[in-house]
Amino acid sequence: MKAHLSRRYLFSASHRLHSAAMSEDENRATYGKCNNPYGHGHNYTLEVTVSGQVEPSTGMVCNLVDLDTFVEKEVLSRYDLQNLNHTQEFAVTVPTTENLCIQIFEIMQRGFSQAHLERVRLEETMMNSFEYAGGQEDGKRN
Amino acid sequence: MVYLTRKAEFSASHYYNNPDFSVEENRRIFGKCNNPNGHGHNYTLEVTVKGEVDSRSGFVVDLKQLKEVMHREVLDAMDHRFLNKEVPEFVTKIPTTENIAIAVWQRLEPKLKQAQLHRVRVYETPDLFVDFYGEE
Repeated sequence: MKAHLSRRYLFSASHRLHSAAMSEDENRATYGKCNNPYGHGHNYTLEVTVSGQVEPSTGMVCNLVDLDTFVEKEVLSRYDLQNLNHTQEFAVTVPTTENLCIQIFEIMQRGFSQAHLERVRLEETMMNSFEYAGGQEDGKRN
Repeated sequence: MVYLTRKAEFSASHYYNNPDFSVEENRRIFGKCNNPNGHGHNYTLEVTVKGEVDSRSGFVVDLKQLKEVMHREVLDAMDHRFLNKEVPEFVTKIPTTENIAIAVWQRLEPKLKQAQLHRVRVYETPDLFVDFYGEE
């Protein structure tokens, strides 16, 4: 029997939305307050959904300890209490929550093999959330 | 097609143990959840049904009926119970959140008349939940 398991995690990070492909005026018009040169921060909530057959001997889709350990090591320790613009992946790519969501999906997909990755959902605030479930087209936006 | 979701809460205790595993294996795989005296959670159950809106009533399903079925089939059996000892499914199956979601589906699905069951979501804590969409 196939089930979907979702786990939620918290991390806090700062970012500035600014694209080198746009003029200063365009950046201000596009990103508004988020273009503030000193950056600003959010408490992000990350929701990871994996799926798979429920293993009869354990009753589990995957061991939660394995999922937590992977997310802690590969995602939370990478982004928690960091300035996203200073990470390698967002040196050029704008660290919008869309792009961060895609990045986390790709980290999970590359490294987490204990269950099928269904979806990554990222809440930037209580009012905004973004989801990425992979896709054939390149979802990246620079 | 319209989807309707009804929430309910129940509190229960459980522990994880597979008699086919050794004591050490059980402890390694299930960690703290292997404590034979059990521990408890406040579970939140979300039952989503789907159907066309009835033109006379404007309903997908009679909520009162859905609530009654959820109470009779799930809450009466699981609320304030030790799942391993008091709920028949979990005498043989380990009462993980995955298996609870499956058991809730199997209890509700044959009893729902009007609407079709779409999803059962069980939150063990606000940070951990399982969705079951029926056998795939």
